[in-house]
Amino acid sequence: MIQIPCPYCGLRNANEFASTGEVKPRPDVATATPAVWRAYLYDHRNPEGLVTEGWYHRAGCRKFLVVERHTQTNEIRSARPAGVAS
Amino acid sequence: MAEPAATFLAEAVHHQWTAFPELSNLCYVHGRPAGSPAATVTVPVRPERAELRVWEGIEMVKVGRAQVWRRTSGAAAPHRYSAASLVRHGLTHEPWPRVWRQVPLRPAYDAVIVGAGIHGLATAYHLAKDHGITKVAVVDRGYVGGGNSGRNTAIVRSNYLTPEGVRFYDRSVKLYEALSAELNFNVMFEQRGHLTLAHNDSSLRTMVWRAEVNKLVGVDSSVIGPEEIKRLVPYLDTSTETRYPILGALYHPPGGTIRHDAVNWGYARAADALGVEIHQGVEVLAISTTGDRVRGVVTSAGEIATPIVVNCTAGHASLLCDMVGVSTPVVTHPLQAAVTEPVKAFLSAVVVSGSLHVYVSQTDRGELVFGASTDPYASYSTRGSLEFTEELASHVLALMPGISKIRLLRQWAGLCDMTPDFSPIMGITPVEGFLLDVGWGTYGFKAGPASGEAMATLVATGKTPELIAAFDLARFAEGRLVGEKGAASVGH
Ligand SMILES: Cc1cc2nc3c(=O)[nH]c(=O)nc-3n(C[C@H](O)[C@H](O)[C@H](O)COP(=O)(O)OP(=O)(O)OC[C@H]3O[C@@H](n4cnc5c(N)ncnc54)[C@H](O)[C@@H]3O)c2cc1C
Ligand SMILES: [Zn+2]
Repeated sequence: MIQIPCPYCGLRNANEFASTGEVKPRPDVATATPAVWRAYLYDHRNPEGLVTEGWYHRAGCRKFLVVERHTQTNEIRSARPAGVAS
Repeated sequence: MAEPAATFLAEAVHHQWTAFPELSNLCYVHGRPAGSPAATVTVPVRPERAELRVWEGIEMVKVGRAQVWRRTSGAAAPHRYSAASLVRHGLTHEPWPRVWRQVPLRPAYDAVIVGAGIHGLATAYHLAKDHGITKVAVVDRGYVGGGNSGRNTAIVRSNYLTPEGVRFYDRSVKLYEALSAELNFNVMFEQRGHLTLAHNDSSLRTMVWRAEVNKLVGVDSSVIGPEEIKRLVPYLDTSTETRYPILGALYHPPGGTIRHDAVNWGYARAADALGVEIHQGVEVLAISTTGDRVRGVVTSAGEIATPIVVNCTAGHASLLCDMVGVSTPVVTHPLQAAVTEPVKAFLSAVVVSGSLHVYVSQTDRGELVFGASTDPYASYSTRGSLEFTEELASHVLALMPGISKIRLLRQWAGLCDMTPDFSPIMGITPVEGFLLDVGWGTYGFKAGPASGEAMATLVATGKTPELIAAFDLARFAEGRLVGEKGAASVGH
C-alpha cells in the first residue's frame, strides 16, 4: 500500500485518506460563466507523471493536505497542509 | 501492396533460416530441423527440396520438417474455421496458419486507429465491412488485447439507468448475440442471467427505477425477491440475520459473460481478412496537425500520413488528447480483478452487490472471477494490492460463506478511463479528424460491437449516428451529463 507522510500524523497508509483529485485554481465566483465552472469541475490534466492533488486524512487528523505524487510509480514527493504555501 | 518481404526476412533471421529469394514474401516460419540447437544455426535451404502446398488464401512450403507459410493475396482470403477444417488439420497435423498478417507500416492510410483493444478493432472491422474502407491501420504500442480488453471480467449486459445508455448497450448485446457467426470465431457468449443485489431501501429504489427504464426501451429486466434469488443462486446467503441482508435484486436474463480474448482475436482476424492492417508494438508519439486538422501521426516505427485518427486508448486516452491539445474529463484509475482455482460448476448467474462492492461469476473452466470498484486514486500503475484482495475476500464471503476454502489463483489490474458521469465519450473533437472512442472506464467491453459500428459510420460519413449522439465530448461544457453511476460503478 502506498503511504502518505501526513505533516500532523507521520507516515500513514493511504487507505486512511480520501483522494480529492487534482488541485487547480478555483474560478472567481463573481465572474465565472457556466462554461468556466464546468471546465473547472470536469476537465482534468490526468498526467502520467507528477501531479499535485488533494488528500483528506479522514481516519486521522481530518486535515486536508496537498500532496505531490508520481502517477506511474505512486512515489510521493511531498505532503503539506492545504492552504499553506509550498 | 508490397508483400511483407521485410517481415519475412526478419522472421527468417530470427528463426535462423536462410530465406530463398523466390519465396521472399513469406510471413510465417514454423519449426526447426531436427536436432538443431536453438541459437545461431543457419540452414541453407535448396529450393528443389522444397515442397509447395496450396490452399484457399494460403500456401505452405515444406523443407524437411520445417514449414513456411504465406498468404497468397494482399487482402488474404480468410481461413474459414469449421468442423471440417478442424478434422482436416487434426488428421494432417498441419499447423494452423497465422490468424492475422504481420506487414510493414505504409506511409499513408485513410484512417489510423490507435489502440488494438476491442474498440479499435471493432471500429476497423466495421469500417472495412460496412463502408469498404480498408486502407486502415490499427496501431498498438503493446499487443492485441494487451490493454483492458484482455483484462476485464467480460460481463455483458444492457440494464443501465438512462434511456440513452440502455438503448446503446442493448444494440451491443444484440450484436454480441450474432457475433460468433459474424466473425466465424466462437466468442462463447453465455447469457446466464445477471443479478444486481439490493441490500437497502435506496438501492432497491434504484433497481425499480432501472427496471422501469429498461422495460420502456424493451430490455428484459425486473426486480425479484429473496426467494427467487435463492432459487437462481442457491449458494447465496439470503438469511435475514446478516449485516447486509438481501432485500431483492434487479434480474436481467439476457446478461452474461463472454470470452474476451476470443472477441479481440475474432475482430482482429476478421478485420485483417478484409484488408485492415494490425500493427503491434507501434506506439503513437505525436499527432501532427495543420491548422485545426489532423495530418498524420508520428510513431515509434516512423511517420504516417492520415486525415483521421481515432483515439481508442482507454487509460491512456488523455495522453493522446494532450498531443492535439484537446482537454477531456478523463481520469485514469486502476481497476483490479481476481480469479480463484477452478471448482465444480455451482454458479450460473452473474451476481453483483453494489453495497458490498463486489461481483462474481464462474467461468466455463470453473474458476470464480471477482471484481470490485476502481482503486480510490488516479494512477497509471497496473500493480495489484493486498488491500484490494483482503477487502474483496471479506465481501465475497459475506455473500457466499460456503466458498471460504477456495484459493485465489491470481489478481491483476487494468487502467480505466473514468468520466464524471460513468458514460463514454464518442465522437468529434475541436480538432478535425481527431475522433474519440474513450471514457469506457470499467464498463466498455460490452460496448465494443455497438461503438465500433457507430464510430465506423462516423468516420465514413462524417455524421454522428443518433445512437451515440448523447455521448459527445461537448456534453461536459454544455452540462448535458448522462449519469450512469448508479448502474455502472460496481457492476461493470
Ligand atoms: C479489471 C477490469 C474488469 C472489467 N470488467 C468489465 C466487464 O465485466 N464488462 C465490461 O463491459 N467492461 C469491463 N471492463 C472495462 C473494459 O475492459 C474496457 O472498457 C474496454 O476493454 C476498453 O477497450 P478499449 O479497446 O477502449 O481499450 P484497451 O483494450 O485498454 O486498449 C487500448 C490500447 O491502446 C494502446 N495504447 C495506449 N496508448 C498508446 C499509444 N500512444 N500508441 C499506441 N497504442 C497505445 C494500449 O497498448 C492498449 O492495448 C473492465 C476493465 C478492467 C480493467
Ligand atoms: Zn493526519
